[in-house]
Amino acid sequence: MYHKKNTISAQQLQYLKKVKKRKVLVCSTQIFLLIAFFAIWEIAAQCNWIDPFLFSQPSRMISAIADMAKTGILWKHIGITLYETVVGFVLGTIFGTLIAILLWWNNFISDVTEPYLVVLNSLPKTALAPIIIVWLGNNMTSIIATALMTSIVVTIMTVLNGFLHIDSDKIKLIQTFGGTKKQVLTKVILPASIPTIISALKINVGLSFVGVIVGEFLVAQSGLGYLIVYGSQIFICVLIQILFQSNNFTNSKIRCYNRIFFAL
Amino acid sequence: MSSMVELKNITISYHSISGETNAVSDLSFSVEQGEFVCIVGPSGCGKSSILSMLAGLIKPSSGSFHIHSKTNIGYMLQKDYLLEWRNIRSNACLGLEIQNKLTSENIQRVDELLELYGLGDFKSHMPYQLSGGMRQRAALIRTLAVQPDVLLLDEPFSALDYQTRLYVSDEIGTIIRKEKKTAILVSHDISEAISLSDRVIVLSHRPATLKSIHNINLSIDERTPMRAREAPEFKDYFNQIWKELDVHVS
Repeated sequence: MYHKKNTISAQQLQYLKKVKKRKVLVCSTQIFLLIAFFAIWEIAAQCNWIDPFLFSQPSRMISAIADMAKTGILWKHIGITLYETVVGFVLGTIFGTLIAILLWWNNFISDVTEPYLVVLNSLPKTALAPIIIVWLGNNMTSIIATALMTSIVVTIMTVLNGFLHIDSDKIKLIQTFGGTKKQVLTKVILPASIPTIISALKINVGLSFVGVIVGEFLVAQSGLGYLIVYGSQIFICVLIQILFQSNNFTNSKIRCYNRIFFAL
Repeated sequence: MSSMVELKNITISYHSISGETNAVSDLSFSVEQGEFVCIVGPSGCGKSSILSMLAGLIKPSSGSFHIHSKTNIGYMLQKDYLLEWRNIRSNACLGLEIQNKLTSENIQRVDELLELYGLGDFKSHMPYQLSGGMRQRAALIRTLAVQPDVLLLDEPFSALDYQTRLYVSDEIGTIIRKEKKTAILVSHDISEAISLSDRVIVLSHRPATLKSIHNINLSIDERTPMRAREAPEFKDYFNQIWKELDVHVS
């Protein structure tokens, strides 16, 4: 019935070869697509198929990254954004889980808060960022609060849902041994919910990042969100310069820039 | 002789918004020390409610029940419900852990039980690595670890396929007799009930009332659940209980 490990049949060998070949093919296609995307972008910009002033081009991006990396500005801003994101999603997961435990523990609170949770969940949390800045000030605390807001409600709902879907007979098992509600929580509910909490953590990384970038847009002191806002303002300045210096408004390119300027 | 468990005029009903369900009505019986009693009845007749009540999970609506003082109760559910993040040994110790009885001698006893019932080599295995029968044995050891005087078995074999079921019920029935436990088994399987128990209590359709009690006397020596099925009286008991269960297929 069982083969020894060193006796692999020819068919098995062929099968393994096929699996490996496919894996290599998938991986190389992925890398090819990535290279092709940037190569076409670069070529299109070089040949003026697209306007490099509006769409940039990979070679310019690389030199810009190199410049910023040399002065250390890039690392500083990436570090700040990373820090805010991590703090935001860790706090979101911890508080979300704690609130979910509270709601699981007390049916009454859970029933009372249910419609509010649904409303809060559908609310675009980043829309609250301006008011959070008013309350907490133009600083990092506001950015982290925005990140926390974006992730906490989803965490509460996901984790609570996980708690409620645990087999009720497992809870009964603890009760048949005379276990208390606290023991039900620590022996069954929490250990059984670890996969749910980890998946909530994965969702929160993304949501918290969105919250941080939006917060940085508004606070505009540091971080990647700040760099984006800063970049777009530089762009507007350059645009104005071009428009004022040019006297040839019949040029299609200048007409296009003019339209963009008024759209901004 | 004082009974281990005694029920007097028990009525159990459940309440929900859509109405009241009467599960058990005016039920009285008693179980003696060391006896293996089986409760059979049509499915959904409220058999499990009786065990839940004895375990203290629900309260009777009226009537009273009495369990011999200082009696520790062990409950075995329909599935093994081994916690998949704990290994077999740790699962077997769950009851001790909850009751704060995790002493070294109790742990040693669990190890002995695991050894005795063929799980000695699987102590550090995870539940998913074990077969259905082995899992059910591990669940029984978890129940026995807290040294219960009365075992409540709620169709503990119903999740197993037929062959495993025969094998496991034979094995577990033998273990329970060997440990000299008082046991109350709930089942809807008539042959399982006769093969395992000293007495079979037949209940009616819901709300469950007492229909009859059969003392099972089989003319075989060295009674085990498997051999009990070969006894000449087995068939007679089966037919009689089958008639009383009054199963309608509609």
